[in-house]
Amino acid sequence: MSTLLQMRGITKVFPGVRALNNVSISVEMGEIHALVGENGAGKSTLMKVLSGVYPSGSYDGSILFDGQQILLSGISDSESLGIIIIHQELALVPLLSIAENLFIGNEIAKAGVINWREVYQRTEKLLEKVGLDERPATVLGKIGVGKQQLVEIAKALAKDVRLLILDEPTAALQENDSQNLLQLLLELKSQGITSILISHKLDEVRQVADRVTVLRDGATVSTLDCRTTSISEDKIVQDMVGRDLSQRYPEHQRTPGELLMQVKNWNVWHPDHAERQVIKDINFTVRRGEIVGIAGLMGSGRTELAMSLFGKSYGRAISGEVLVNGEPVKLDTVDQAIAAGLAYCTEDRKELGLILDDPIVSNITLANLAAVADGGILNTAEESRVAEQYRRTMNIRTPTVFQRVLNLSGGNQQKVVLSKWLFADPQVLILDEPTRGIDVGAKFEIYSIVNELAADGRGVLMISSEMPELLGICDRLYVMSEGRLVGEMNAADASQESIMSMIVSE
Amino acid sequence: MTPSNAEIANDASPNWGRYLLSHLREYGLLFALIAIMVFFQVVTDGTLLKSVNITNLFLQNSYIIIMALGMLIVIVAGHIDLSVGSVMGFIGAFAAVLVVQWELPVALAIPVCLALGALIGAAQGYWVAYWQIPSFIVTLAGMLIFRGLSLWLLEGQSVGPFPKEFQALSTGFIADFIPAGVKDTLAGLFGVKRLNAGALFFGIIAAFIVIWLNMRKRQQNIHYGIQEEPAAFFIVRNVIVAGALLFVVYKLATFRGLPNVLITMTVLTVVYAFITERTTLGRRIYAVGGNVKAAKLSGIKTERLTFLAFTNMGMLAALAGLIFAARLNTATPKAGFAVELDVIAAVFIGGASMAGGVGKIIGAVVGAFIMGVMNNGMSIMGIGIDYQQVIKGLVLLAAVIFDVYNKRKQG
Repeated sequence: MSTLLQMRGITKVFPGVRALNNVSISVEMGEIHALVGENGAGKSTLMKVLSGVYPSGSYDGSILFDGQQILLSGISDSESLGIIIIHQELALVPLLSIAENLFIGNEIAKAGVINWREVYQRTEKLLEKVGLDERPATVLGKIGVGKQQLVEIAKALAKDVRLLILDEPTAALQENDSQNLLQLLLELKSQGITSILISHKLDEVRQVADRVTVLRDGATVSTLDCRTTSISEDKIVQDMVGRDLSQRYPEHQRTPGELLMQVKNWNVWHPDHAERQVIKDINFTVRRGEIVGIAGLMGSGRTELAMSLFGKSYGRAISGEVLVNGEPVKLDTVDQAIAAGLAYCTEDRKELGLILDDPIVSNITLANLAAVADGGILNTAEESRVAEQYRRTMNIRTPTVFQRVLNLSGGNQQKVVLSKWLFADPQVLILDEPTRGIDVGAKFEIYSIVNELAADGRGVLMISSEMPELLGICDRLYVMSEGRLVGEMNAADASQESIMSMIVSE
Repeated sequence: MTPSNAEIANDASPNWGRYLLSHLREYGLLFALIAIMVFFQVVTDGTLLKSVNITNLFLQNSYIIIMALGMLIVIVAGHIDLSVGSVMGFIGAFAAVLVVQWELPVALAIPVCLALGALIGAAQGYWVAYWQIPSFIVTLAGMLIFRGLSLWLLEGQSVGPFPKEFQALSTGFIADFIPAGVKDTLAGLFGVKRLNAGALFFGIIAAFIVIWLNMRKRQQNIHYGIQEEPAAFFIVRNVIVAGALLFVVYKLATFRGLPNVLITMTVLTVVYAFITERTTLGRRIYAVGGNVKAAKLSGIKTERLTFLAFTNMGMLAALAGLIFAARLNTATPKAGFAVELDVIAAVFIGGASMAGGVGKIIGAVVGAFIMGVMNNGMSIMGIGIDYQQVIKGLVLLAAVIFDVYNKRKQG
């Protein structure tokens, strides 16, 4: 069998981060090649290099397609070669028909006039090919996510695809939709279409993949051949997480106190797709002075859980009960949640956490303005004093607290968000990916702050995709997968392998 | 402790260029106003700054400035209100019906009109805030509705005249409290025929208050290490502001004294500047406009604030409508036509951002004065309404381009 694609020695450096380090991968004609790895292992970066999002010259290494060295300057270059990526977030227009979506940017037209007859004829053929029983004129938004995924694939086929790349195609799908999709992949393979499948679901990988390449920390760890020998999921998991704990965590000794927060039978439905249940019957507890971790992959529903608890900021038809200090609390709005002693530090600090145009001082006091005001009139001197105090204790690196937050680095912005919530004086602090996108030194500082919070007798619920981090600072862990808590363990007894196998066995 | 401490030390030495660059907008606005005034003063052969014309300037522009206060808040909250001109006309018409046709007492009619304005603002704000319908559309509808309702209410006719006490809203002046003897002596001293010494007295007090407030602010800034305005700039700025204030008051005093609307306008400006800069309410409105999602996740009731911003706008539009009708001494179906555009332009010239979260009350007021002085100056010069529109449009565009350019350069 001949080789369709070879990426050799790809190294991609972002300011301060080596995202890809000498990565090589080769894909054979007509195979399904799986690409697996933890969040941040470099899968997406590698695919962006392949599709021309990062143009040639912005990275080191070479790409051979069909034996020819290729130099891409944009997505249109890779698409004209037949390399087509289907992203996790579908690139479809919900208000247009299926047929219109299939040929968007690729219209069948003469002198700008669309030939609708041919569009509909070809759409019917393509839909038949992917096994989708819908009319070409149906508006895309009216069909389910699973079917939309098939439309994406049909769209790729409309462009004479030679290498189809699917990024987590089943992440948002129900079980039977996922199976349909995997069957389609095998079907396309029998028609000679090569594909790369990026997935966290190892059972799916084992089901369809011919070979598996494992990435870890921006480097190729191994390429396993599933056709000749049976590869166990354990082997893949081991390769995925097999790094030693090179990061350091502050020392801690804790003895969690009495029960602080209890969540019972928490259920949440998707705000837009009425039939999708995002959080399924979740129960958990947090004790005083305890750091509880929630492990799980992106899209497993961790952020949705946190935001639905925090004043119903996500989802609809929310049901369940929350007790703080043994008393049931009402959490219908954010200010009720704050009053009940909750705080939520978002994973998306620029979009959801900060007013970027405003100075540090007004960001810090925003969630508790009443504490620096008298009868609705701000005491600006007191406000500045508070902000100055947080600048010192949190070590926010800035000349003054009147600096706009926009101008701070990621780590310092995160400290501003933390300061804001500390000033609101919560009992339970929910931290969502508190160290995402910040450098190692700042991470250590954040861990120390979290430790101090627990030492103060507060409860911390920490959501993170980085398992070493959870193992390093948490007392107890819950494992979340597809909207459920699928396991609970003491951090001391847990390992990355045990967490990962809980996630992938779901 | 950190490398940035070294930067602070550097900042302490006067670095005029850098300070000017980072505060170009504020100084730019002040200098633009001065430049425009000087220009028209020269080309109109000194008519612009005559006592009677300065009085006119305030009377002509008071309603624009009053609405600009409300509009600034709406725009800072991330919205827009296109209906204010129509609402203003409608309330003027409504007041005419109440006072002229039904002969209701003025003291009753005024609060009723203000309440109706607030109600209209609330009705529009409700759809924007709680139904998330774009404010552009809701208030565009309001613009048509209240234009139509004014026509209907007045049956296409002008209604007037208003009783004296209603006219006083706009064309009244504060009576002089200084005894005649003292006054005449002072007038002799200045070499003028008549002098409203009370007005002059208020003006001097106001100038002192302004300087005192600025000095206090400067001391606070120094205390908290906020980038400090070089002393020379501070002095020049205060001399200009206090000098302009005294000059204007002196001019007014030699004509008929302080117009009632000037007092209304000044009080409202101070109140709204205080609300936006020193209260939790104001702070929260900026937060909503800056990042509505983050504000919401900080426990701020974003919908209620949007609703309040529109309600307040409606009330101020009603007040503007009363003042406008009082000045014309008649309510006409055309009152307030296209005024919303002048108001919005004033706010943007004053440095507010279309995206929300940025803008100052004082900026909106200065912006309104820039528009007003241009209107007035061009009219004195006898420039046709056609060219006037073109020139105002260009000034608005230039102001916004200047803003965007500035922001890009600062990164």
